[in-house]
Amino acid sequence: MSAKTVYFDNNATTAVAPEVLEAMLPFLRDQYGNPSSMYSFAGRSQEAVARAREQTAGLIGASPEEILFTSCGTESDSTAILSALRARPEKKHFITTRVEHPAVLSLGQYLEKQGYTVSFLAVDGKGRLSLDDLAAAITKDTALVSVMFANNETGNIYPVEAIGKLCRERDVLFHVDAVQAVGKIPIDLQALPIDYLALSGHKLHAPKGVGALYVRRGAPFRPFLRGGHQERGRRAGTEAVPNIVALGAACALAAEHTSDENTRVRALRDKLQERLLAEIPEAIINGDPEQRLPNTMNISFKYVEGEAILLMLDQFGICASSGSACTSGSLEPSHVLRAMGVPFTYAHGSLRLSLSRYNTQEEVDFVTATLPKIITRLREISPYKHLADDASPGDGAACACQA
Amino acid sequence: MWEYTDTVREHFLNPRNVGELKDANAVGEVGSLACGDALKLYLKIENNIIQDASFQTFGCASAIASSSALTEMIKGKTVEEALAISNKDIANFLGGLPREKMHCSVMGQEALEAAVRAYRGEPPVPHSHEGRLVCKCFGVTEDQIVKVIQENKLTSVEEITNFTKAGGGCGDCLEDIRGILEATLAGKAPGGNKGAERPAPAGIGDLRQQDGATPPLSNVQRMQRVMTVLDEIIRPRLQQDGGDIELLDINGKEVSVALRGMCTSCPSSRLTIEGFVQQTLRDQVEADITVREVAP
Repeated sequence: MSAKTVYFDNNATTAVAPEVLEAMLPFLRDQYGNPSSMYSFAGRSQEAVARAREQTAGLIGASPEEILFTSCGTESDSTAILSALRARPEKKHFITTRVEHPAVLSLGQYLEKQGYTVSFLAVDGKGRLSLDDLAAAITKDTALVSVMFANNETGNIYPVEAIGKLCRERDVLFHVDAVQAVGKIPIDLQALPIDYLALSGHKLHAPKGVGALYVRRGAPFRPFLRGGHQERGRRAGTEAVPNIVALGAACALAAEHTSDENTRVRALRDKLQERLLAEIPEAIINGDPEQRLPNTMNISFKYVEGEAILLMLDQFGICASSGSACTSGSLEPSHVLRAMGVPFTYAHGSLRLSLSRYNTQEEVDFVTATLPKIITRLREISPYKHLADDASPGDGAACACQA
Repeated sequence: MWEYTDTVREHFLNPRNVGELKDANAVGEVGSLACGDALKLYLKIENNIIQDASFQTFGCASAIASSSALTEMIKGKTVEEALAISNKDIANFLGGLPREKMHCSVMGQEALEAAVRAYRGEPPVPHSHEGRLVCKCFGVTEDQIVKVIQENKLTSVEEITNFTKAGGGCGDCLEDIRGILEATLAGKAPGGNKGAERPAPAGIGDLRQQDGATPPLSNVQRMQRVMTVLDEIIRPRLQQDGGDIELLDINGKEVSVALRGMCTSCPSSRLTIEGFVQQTLRDQVEADITVREVAP
């Protein structure tokens, strides 16, 4: 196996930035004071948390008091959604989409069992939502709408500004899972009509185990974790000072690098996509190329299976993801690709490549040189290698019990 | 990440016997593009010996490794020896498969059965694939589910999904699978609910255990039922082909028999014992009966 790791799975998690590690290390060593304690030794921890709050708020155009630190993106999503619903107990309708991350999707399914009516909005073949569908779904009983800023599998960016306006007009609260968007595209919450927004540290070069929730000033809030007075009583539990400091540092770095993501990283991704499509027949891009994160590419190869691609890439040290059934632990391809109606023949052979600012042209060249050989090899093994010409999207129907 | 053994990885990265076999005289195909895995198995059979075998597989690493292992295992074997290979044998050859991936080994076994049926000029759908369709997503029948439960001693719905994929799609059939599992564990024959399509031959319908958990059979009850089924179902079928069967002993749940007449020289006697005699006794008497052939 190749000694070098070529990491193209940055939507799964990211490397901790060296600057971020430096920033957090003192709080893992000497600066271990509890921010709630009274002496000046602990005061330094308190100051560090306050600074991190400013840095985090700064990245997304929020005020520091609108940020509360959590343990992860999922906690932020759960806190926001349950908070909004508890704040409007007379309303029993929740709207979200079929392409959400499980952090929201599973919670929606749970809420259904708890007696809520939940609308899971459909998407079109490119994964796009219809604003008309959303407008039609909102009723007098609707408490909350939750739509992701960007999709983790396809990179699709959703029109949260327009959705937020619609929610405002109809007096509905609006939550956004922005875990994949923060740090990759500019976000200004002063301009966006969003009530709650979730983000996660490890997707933007901070370590795992820290996230944040933006709660717009004035938006109703009910704590998820109850206990001590931390986070002004909105999230009990001793602050994870080193992680919070790391998140702050990562947000400050991301603010510096957002333009780089949108120029250099985007150019790398586009080149990679262009060359793979040119070299590999029967490949399609999943998602909406017009409204997409600059770092993400979801490509499907017919007649091969995703897990086999991943394990062969692994032999070359290349890290990526797939939406195939065999990699998901379930027996069906990813819910996102199915919601988009991607034919099963393509969905089983999907590959997600997600870049970061640490990726290089050499790495893109290496993947471009390696992947076509792997697809050719797997197609040689496949009994369908001769079917290339007469297979049609209809092939997917036989196995699809839910579209 | 899946926990694959080194053998699985090795057979995935360097699969043996890949590709079409030009002079194959038996081809078996299972699975589909839509379902995410498919296997086409090519055999060259001469004088009842599998001289050569090759495969083409669409699927994950364990599907490709299982196919490669299967071709290595069956080369040089007689057809009957090959048919005796179970999905467990394929998994064992690979040093084990993750539970969630056991359906890959089942696919290998089914492709082999399909190829042999094609070679013998039998209808392309194996007998075990007949019966009521349970899982519409993956096209799994009640008989297939009962078979994996019995052969692999499965005890949970989750295991059945791992082995057959049944229930792994929309999940609508999970309750149905639970019912089949409970009935099978209770020793009930398949087809007990929602319209059985394998009619019981006249006169022995009363032998099949009825609804609800029934107490285990006593030794005497079991012997009587085995003898009745042998006399009324199994022997008449064998006699049609010029053969016969003799009951030698019943020791607990092990039934010893000897094949007579044409059966003694029939190359598929092993298939007859396992596929027909044992299966019929399992269906009609008790799910965990084993049949042993004593040389004539």
